[in-house]
Amino acid sequence: MLKQIEGSHGIAEAVAMCRPEVICAYPITPQTHIVEDLGAMVKSGNLSKCEFINVESEFAALSVAIGSSAAGARSYTATASQGLLYMAEAVYNASGLGLPIVMTVGNRAIGAPINIWNDQSDSMSMRDAGWIQLFAETNQEALDLHIQAFRIAETLSIPVMVCVDGFILTHAFERMDIPEQAQVDQFLPPFEPRQVLDPDEPISLGAMVGPEAFTEVRYLAHHKQMQALELIPEIADDFKHIFGRDSGGLISSYRTEDAETIIVTLGSVIGTIADVIDSMRDAGHKIGAVTLRCYRPFPTAALREALKDCQRVVVFEKCLAVGMGGIVASNVRMSTRGFTTPVYTVIGGLGGRPITCQSLKQLFEKAVQDALDETTFLDIKCDIVERELAREKDHSRPGAAAENILRDAGVVDAAKTA
Amino acid sequence: MFQIRIHGRGGQGVVSAAEMLSVAAFLEGKHAQAVPSFGSERMGAPVVAFCRIDDHPIRLREPVLEPDILIIQDPTLFNAIDVFNGLTHDGHLLINTGKSIEALGIENATEHLPGGHVCTVPATDIALTHVKRPVPNAVLLGALSAITGVIKIDSVIEAIETKFPGKVGQANITAAKVAYEMAQSSHPKEATHA
Repeated sequence: MLKQIEGSHGIAEAVAMCRPEVICAYPITPQTHIVEDLGAMVKSGNLSKCEFINVESEFAALSVAIGSSAAGARSYTATASQGLLYMAEAVYNASGLGLPIVMTVGNRAIGAPINIWNDQSDSMSMRDAGWIQLFAETNQEALDLHIQAFRIAETLSIPVMVCVDGFILTHAFERMDIPEQAQVDQFLPPFEPRQVLDPDEPISLGAMVGPEAFTEVRYLAHHKQMQALELIPEIADDFKHIFGRDSGGLISSYRTEDAETIIVTLGSVIGTIADVIDSMRDAGHKIGAVTLRCYRPFPTAALREALKDCQRVVVFEKCLAVGMGGIVASNVRMSTRGFTTPVYTVIGGLGGRPITCQSLKQLFEKAVQDALDETTFLDIKCDIVERELAREKDHSRPGAAAENILRDAGVVDAAKTA
Repeated sequence: MFQIRIHGRGGQGVVSAAEMLSVAAFLEGKHAQAVPSFGSERMGAPVVAFCRIDDHPIRLREPVLEPDILIIQDPTLFNAIDVFNGLTHDGHLLINTGKSIEALGIENATEHLPGGHVCTVPATDIALTHVKRPVPNAVLLGALSAITGVIKIDSVIEAIETKFPGKVGQANITAAKVAYEMAQSSHPKEATHA
C-alpha cells in the first residue's frame, strides 16, 4: 500500500511487521522517530506480543537486546551518533556472542565538535565490530532492508546494522510502499534461535576464551561474514520474488555499461549523484555509479567485477579516517588490487554539509580529466582553514579551533565573543 | 519539478507545512518529497523546510536552492536571514502579513518577480480567528493553492485532515479556505506545471 510518510515511520511499520518480541531503546537524542512510533504501536496494541523497554542509556539498550535475544526473543533497537559509541562495548558483545539482533543506525556525525547532522562516521566507527552493515539508498530500501535484515541475521546468527542517512532519509516524507503482513510472514519465518537461555535447561553463554581458542572463535566470525556474501544476494532475490522490488544485495549499479568513470558511494547520496550522472551522460561523458548496499562483509569480488573495465574510480564518502583519508576508499582499493585504475577519494557531506548537484558536477568534470587530487574535501572553505593554520603558527595560544572557525565563518559574532 | 521552500520560526509548523504539502501532492498521484532543514529545533529559532513535487520519482537530495515558490511564515525573518536566496525569476512569493510590500521594506528584493507573483495573506490573524492559535502553516497552504496550480485546494484540505484529525483539523481547514478565497480574489490563478 502506497503511503506518503516519514522515513522513520515507514521503517517502524516494517519493523513491526517483522513481529519483534522485544524492542528496547533509549528515547532521548540522538534518536529518530522510529522507536517513538514503535513504542506507540506497542502501547496501542497494534504491535502485540512485543515488549517495549525504555532503558536508561544506549549501553543498556543494546545490553537488554543481548539479553532478550539470548533468551530467544526477536530483538530490535535503534540509535545514532554518540549513542552508538556509548553502546560500543555491547556492539562487540552482540556479534561475539552470535546474537541476531537488528539495529537501525540513523547515520549522524560524531563529536566533538558537537554536531547533530548527517554523515556516516557513526556506523563506520563500528565497521569492524562483527556486525553485518547494510546501507539504504532510499526510504523504500530502508524499509525493505529491515525485513531482509532479520532474515539474514537469524539465518547466520549474526547481528545486522541497517544504516539509514539521518535526517536526509529518516526525516524525509516521501512515497513508500508498505507491504502486506502476509508477504512479510511468507518471507520471514518465526525466529528459531541457535542458543537459548532457558531456566529449565540451564546453560552458560559468554564463556571466557583464552589464547588457546580465541583465534578460532574470531576466525569463525570472519568465516560467517564471508558466508553472508553468498546469502545476502540470495535473500535479496527471494525478497524480489515475494515483494516485486529490487532491494538489498551487495551492490547496485547505475549506468555503468561502457563507463570510463565510476563513482563508488553508499547511502542516499546516490540519488543526487544519479541526477548528475544523467546530465553528464547527456553531455557525452561515459560515467556511472556503483552503490555499496552491503559494507560488511565487504563485497570485494562483486565490486572488482563491477570496476574491472573502467578507467578511473571516484569514491565518494561521508566519513573520514583522520590521519589516513578515505575509509571506504581504502576498502575499495582492496577490490582494485592489480588494476592500474586510479582510485580517487572524495570526502563530502561531513556534519550535514549539503551535497549539491553543482558541486558534484564540477567534481566529476574534473575527475573525467584525471584532474582530481588523490583526496578531495568537497566544498572545503580553504580561506577559513588557512586563517586557522596561520593563527596556530603565529600564536602560542591560538584558542580552540572550532570556536575560532565559527567566528571566521560568521556563524558567531566576533565582537561578542572576542 | 516544482520546488517550494518554507521559512518560519520554531513553533509555527514549518515542517508540518512541507509535510502536508507533500501529502496533498501524493493524493493527486504525484511524487513528492518533504524535508526539514535540519537544525536543533527550538521555539522562535529560524526554521526552513523544503518540498519538491514532480510527476516522476524524485532522487535529488540537495536542499531546495532555487525555489519556484517561497513561503514566508514570519516576516520578521526579512531582517534576520537572506530568505530570497535563489528564488527563480518567475518564482512566487507568499508572505504571512497584513502589511504592504513597501511597509515590509522588501521592494528591491521582489521587483524582478512577474506581476501577481507576490501575495500577502494575514495568515496568523486568520489562524487566530478560526484556530485560536497563531499557527499560519495550513492557512498559507490554502493561499498557495489559490495562487498557483501546483496543488488543488481539495487536496490541501484532505492533507490537513490527515495530519490533524478532528476539531483542530476542521478549524485549520476553515482558515485555509478563507486564505484561499482571499488570495484567489487578489491573485487570479495561472497555470503552473509541477
